[in-house]
Amino acid sequence: MIPAPFDYVRADSADAALAALREHGDDAKLLAGGQSLLPLMKLRLATPGVVVDVSRAADLAYVREDGDVLAIGALTRHCDIVSAEVVTAHAPLLAHAASGVGDRQVRHRGTIGGSVAHADPSADLPTALLALDASYVVRGPAGERTITATEFATGFLETVLAPDELLIEIRVPKATGEAWGYQKFTRRAIDWATVAVAVQARGGGTAISLGNMGSTVLRAASAEAALAGGASAADAAQHADDGTEPAADVTASADYRRHLARVLTKRALAAAGRS
Amino acid sequence: MAESAGHATCSRTVSILGTRVMRVEDPKFLTTGGVYVDDLRDPRLDGAGHVTYVRSVMAHARVTVDVAAASGVPGVLAVVTAADFADLPPPPPPLGFIPPALARPWLANGVVRYVGEPIAAIVTESRYAGEDVAELVSVDYEPLTAVVDPRDAAGDATLLFADHGSNTALAFEAGSLDGLFDDCEVVVTQQITNQRVAPVPLEVRGTACVWEGSGDDARLTFWASTQSPHGARDQIAAALELPPERVHFIAPDVGGGFGAKFGVSIEDLVLAVLSRRLGRPMRWTETRTENMLGMGHGRAQLQTVTIGGTRDGRITAYSLDVLQDSGAYPHFGAVLPFMTQLMATGTYDIARVAVRTKSVVTNTAPVVAYRGAGRPEATAAIERAVDLFAAEIGLDPAEVRRRNLFAKDAFRLTTQVGAAYDSGDYAGALDAVLAAAKYDELRAEQRRRRDSGDPMLLGIGVSNYVEITAGPEAGTEFARINVKPDGSVIVYTGTSPHGQGHATSFAMLAADELGVPLDRITVLHGDTDLVARGGGTGGSRSLQLGGAAVHQGALETVDRARELAGDLFEAAAGDIVLDKARGGFHVAGSPDDVRGWAEVATSADADAGLIVDTDFSATGATFPFGAHVAVVEVDAETGYVRLVSMTTVDDAGPVINPVVVEGQRHGGIAQGVAQALFEEVRYDEDGNPQSTNLTDYAFPSAAELPDFTLVDMATPSPLNPLGVKGIGEAGTIGATPAVQNAVVDAVAHLGVRHIEMPTTPERVWRAIQEASK
Repeated sequence: MIPAPFDYVRADSADAALAALREHGDDAKLLAGGQSLLPLMKLRLATPGVVVDVSRAADLAYVREDGDVLAIGALTRHCDIVSAEVVTAHAPLLAHAASGVGDRQVRHRGTIGGSVAHADPSADLPTALLALDASYVVRGPAGERTITATEFATGFLETVLAPDELLIEIRVPKATGEAWGYQKFTRRAIDWATVAVAVQARGGGTAISLGNMGSTVLRAASAEAALAGGASAADAAQHADDGTEPAADVTASADYRRHLARVLTKRALAAAGRS
Repeated sequence: MAESAGHATCSRTVSILGTRVMRVEDPKFLTTGGVYVDDLRDPRLDGAGHVTYVRSVMAHARVTVDVAAASGVPGVLAVVTAADFADLPPPPPPLGFIPPALARPWLANGVVRYVGEPIAAIVTESRYAGEDVAELVSVDYEPLTAVVDPRDAAGDATLLFADHGSNTALAFEAGSLDGLFDDCEVVVTQQITNQRVAPVPLEVRGTACVWEGSGDDARLTFWASTQSPHGARDQIAAALELPPERVHFIAPDVGGGFGAKFGVSIEDLVLAVLSRRLGRPMRWTETRTENMLGMGHGRAQLQTVTIGGTRDGRITAYSLDVLQDSGAYPHFGAVLPFMTQLMATGTYDIARVAVRTKSVVTNTAPVVAYRGAGRPEATAAIERAVDLFAAEIGLDPAEVRRRNLFAKDAFRLTTQVGAAYDSGDYAGALDAVLAAAKYDELRAEQRRRRDSGDPMLLGIGVSNYVEITAGPEAGTEFARINVKPDGSVIVYTGTSPHGQGHATSFAMLAADELGVPLDRITVLHGDTDLVARGGGTGGSRSLQLGGAAVHQGALETVDRARELAGDLFEAAAGDIVLDKARGGFHVAGSPDDVRGWAEVATSADADAGLIVDTDFSATGATFPFGAHVAVVEVDAETGYVRLVSMTTVDDAGPVINPVVVEGQRHGGIAQGVAQALFEEVRYDEDGNPQSTNLTDYAFPSAAELPDFTLVDMATPSPLNPLGVKGIGEAGTIGATPAVQNAVVDAVAHLGVRHIEMPTTPERVWRAIQEASK
């Protein structure tokens, strides 16, 4: 890997990272696990002037209960989410989705905050977090603000994050004992999802989110509405791709992605006990 | 294995051949790692300039290059373009019969013909700086029509090489098309794409070189990641218009080649010129993206098969039409249809056969040799054709195969297309693999699932194959056996292993004849100053030629040693016996007085020991064969294919080391499966590559592959004293059609007759949709 030249700054706390972002502004890019940024730098699609390395910011790596919410530090690595008992107990969908990210090496480097902030619509964690009604705590010069998963991503690899803001925490409402399902379709184990579907039951309702069915992760609003209106899972799943505009690429055509969204929604609903 | 009859004066010991000796090269690779070109720390390379190529981003264009901005940057030693090579003719094409008008220039000379073609070379003090400076070279592209589809190329509407007057580089043919199918009750025809795939060696290409001496005494030392050191040396010498002895070529550890590293590429050759001009050593190591763009690809044939015969399953006529995509500059790929033609009829005794092939140039990366090189394409075509024929007449595909195989007692035989098969038992291989796979039970399970409406469909695919190794011409290979004065042995071979385990297998061959323990034997290769001559490793030639040469050299060494021992004992050589268990010689009937190898070797030459050079020459190529059964599950809703099992018979004659042979079979099967299910190099209609990294190029991992069940079978070849044939490419030849046939078989009851490779989930899903319309 031979990226374009860049300066390197190490920031071992959230405050140090914010200070570095303030100093370097647009020219800076945050490096957490590096699993998304480094491939882009390798291809010179990303050419940041300054790389701010937050990977050792220990104050951002944690998983803890906060009342009805799981609070997960942005620098928590995928492997730690997979194995955290509070996650498997209160948000098993998230633990399961994290267990299928990339390969073992990726899961030991990649972070939940990096995955969320990178906003790749085919990524596992943003798909699961959208179905879990998660929200994201962001800190900047003006203090903290909380953004819902629905509002966070604005386009392909684009979010509401300002250049001087740092994602610090992912807040997941507990879904203890609730049914869930996750269906990820790939050709190879290490691939990004061709299409992924996450289903999370909560208090009698059912949330359905779609990975790689548009420029951001999406809720399958028509299918959710059909379910809420009493439709069978099979019938609701037929609406999973309503209103979506999936991409066509070397892996799949848009038509095939739509078909997969319907099949995988049916299966994820079945896994969540909906028939 | 028994000792050959001419050496009955050796006392018998238990042979090491055929035993599971662990590979002696592995501890290094598993611990400290190999020393590849990029790892070289030879002091002569200190201060080397680093070469970076500026590559075309368009498939076909006139180019004007401005290097001014790059040349002035501190740390830049040189920026060169085609103009700087005006005094040197283009290097000779890698094969003699490629038309000279299609020779590629040193660097793109006014026209680029594929994305990734080198336009300029930058030499910098540091590797990192090269990539940055490359962005400062300004290339003005004036687009020309990109010819991407070989069918368009064959139409000659846009010519890639005006001087050649046609896009056709080469054509071969065999047999007559007249009345070929006249008496057939059933005729089936199908167009088949044998898609372009990438070799993907783990070690990418790399080169280092240095000139020493001056004037006519100047000599080039050149390291590169190659499969064929002597061929590479000759290629470099020819390109530089030097006698070969002025080039010292060294292949250090090589991390895979798969055919694509036979010889050296243009990017390697340029370094020799730059090094001479700048008076500095040079280094180049490509990136993975460059490797995917520029090393060359394999396969890339469009085929039309037509197969005819009787309703009771007798195949009587077959035709194969091949349109070979050679890429922008004809390389091995342009010639490989000859191998496809030679192996066109596979294991089947077909009365009438006709083959037509044409190789055309396109605005894509050159097509090179890739594991199997022309034979997998032949096998894929006939094995798909047999399945289509079986489906048409409603017979079990395994049974149709059995009714058409060459009989065991028919060998040696020459096929309708002129291949001289040496030995085989094709029905034996088929029966063995069907039994091991429990074929009848699989068919019953398939029926059960279909009858019950199970959405997880079972598919069973069968292939029979025969291939040609160490061909097509009769081959030769060199070996030197040097018994040192201390009794240790160095075996020099002209083959050039890059993963094949020659250091183990060839040492076993020497140990078996010399009675010297393995840990006293070293195998050397890859250095043209140490090894007098050699053909390298490719085309599965090494054991049957290089191994046979080591075996022959060891026997000749024993003969010479008996003469020397006879002098020591003051006895006739004919009375001297080698006691392999004790590693020494004695007079027949007097086993107590033994003179060891050290003493005998010292008596030959106190410094050098005993040296015997030999060349083994085969009288013909050999024809390994086998049969594969693939089982897949197809998700009828999504088209997803899961490979459930692979059971294979791969008969390459007697096995010297099962560990090595199983490794070759495993890797080959995996690559064969990869072509059937996963891999495809794709270009868009403008010739832009769509698969330049291992995310977009679906290179499978262990997670996608099941355990393989390997069934042993050994039918000796009469063409070498070891009876061995090549095993390196068998897996890629047998596995691909077995898996493709299994995928089609899974959905055949729905009316599907063919699915192109790779049989991606979407392709399978679409085939089901089409069939159910």
